[in-house]
Amino acid sequence: MDKLFTYLALPMVQYALIVGVLIALCSSLLGVTLVLKRFSFIGDGLSHVAFGAVAIASVINLTNKMVLVLPITIISAILLLWTGQNKKIKGDAAIAMISVGALAFGYLLINQFGTSANLSGDVCSTLFGSTSIITLKSSEVWLCLILSIIVIIIFILFYNKIFAVTFDENFARATGTRASAYNLLIAVIIAVIIVLAMNLVGSLLISALVIFPALSAMRIFKNFKQVTISSCIISVVCAFLGIIISIIAGTPVGSTIVVADVVGFLICSAVGMILKR
Amino acid sequence: MYITVKNLSVGYEGEVVVGNINFTVNKGDYLCIVGENGSGKTTLMKTLLGLRKPMSGEIIMGDDLKRNEIGYLPQQTVVQKDFPASVREIVMSGFQGRCGLRPFYKKEEKEEALMNMERMGIKDLADKCYRDLSGGQQQRVLLARALCATRKVLLLDEPVSGLDPKVTVEMYQLIKELNNEGVTIIMISHDMEAASKYASHILHIGDKLFFGSRKGDEEAWINFLHI
Repeated sequence: MDKLFTYLALPMVQYALIVGVLIALCSSLLGVTLVLKRFSFIGDGLSHVAFGAVAIASVINLTNKMVLVLPITIISAILLLWTGQNKKIKGDAAIAMISVGALAFGYLLINQFGTSANLSGDVCSTLFGSTSIITLKSSEVWLCLILSIIVIIIFILFYNKIFAVTFDENFARATGTRASAYNLLIAVIIAVIIVLAMNLVGSLLISALVIFPALSAMRIFKNFKQVTISSCIISVVCAFLGIIISIIAGTPVGSTIVVADVVGFLICSAVGMILKR
Repeated sequence: MYITVKNLSVGYEGEVVVGNINFTVNKGDYLCIVGENGSGKTTLMKTLLGLRKPMSGEIIMGDDLKRNEIGYLPQQTVVQKDFPASVREIVMSGFQGRCGLRPFYKKEEKEEALMNMERMGIKDLADKCYRDLSGGQQQRVLLARALCATRKVLLLDEPVSGLDPKVTVEMYQLIKELNNEGVTIIMISHDMEAASKYASHILHIGDKLFFGSRKGDEEAWINFLHI
């Protein structure tokens, strides 16, 4: 306990908590839409693309990797969405192709051209998140803060449209909603969230952060607003607990948060089953 | 004349499913589009809604009818079967088309949504979860949503598929009442009996093309219905 409070007094730990909670909040926002639109794997695919982008950024020695990673991920999100609508290559196959391709490409780059002394450590932390969120640079913290606030505002402003497009894209399109524009918006937001969340949990575990809170909330709640709000709450609580536990127990922060999300899902499933009876 | 369809061919991926379609829809009409499965009914409907481009020919909107003023009752999709949404949320989403970039719904729209739910007899279900409703109730929810989108033209794609006989009759009654109130109905169906009972106009597509009205060429109408 004493250890916890000494840590909590450090400004860097406080920043980390704020950033962690904000990222968890953002990533849960669109989870419901992704699950319902059967896009769960887009998050996974994009995170691998982001991994490839990080590899490129570290090979050319960029100080702020986000400058490169963010645009590449956004472009891939848009491409994935388009190929998803193309009947020739099925959406899930396209995602699988891009994601393993990017993963292999990224590792190849780091392995051959990487300048870092601790190669496997670098790869590991990009895949599974930093061993400690406290190593975040202050510029990254600010970028995280600004991007998450933008994501939250856009989500609130477009909430009703996202609902309409998720529930029934054809109806929305037929009655004059610009469904493809909103699909694009959803793809871009997802890309931003993925890049944000990569700092927290690493690229392999991002899908968990996006999908678990939504699935947990859907076990218990029965309308879209409640599901969205409660998935945010679940995500924030799990991220907060995960970060605290990782500080006390010295566990890797990303995996701890994801384990907390899994436990949250099990609890919600149990509650859901009891409520049904 | 709301809709005039001239020499229309519809299809997808470069292949014509059905061609040479000609018909007109006037205000207050009740048009049934009938035909075998696979004859291109749903493709025609999607083309009318602007979800697909016509392969050739044209669809002309008149009488101040805009393309997005056609309400639409789709067949249920897999996504909707386990969608966590309340009846109210779904009905409200019918207003989305007229919202433009406005983020939230107006008070008048909320009241109108309630009115439409009452009209469809589902007001007391407003806060229930859509996926917990029966098939007939779900169709009423989607009808109420379509009414929020427009009061002019409703396109219904197999509105009674999967409903039991009693609910089917109720659904047809409800649609007829809407038509009596002045809503123009275009219904896709393979139920010839219902078409002959309720429709003012029938369009048959497939091997044999037919378009006729109850009040038009009486002989042709009777001949068609007896085949």
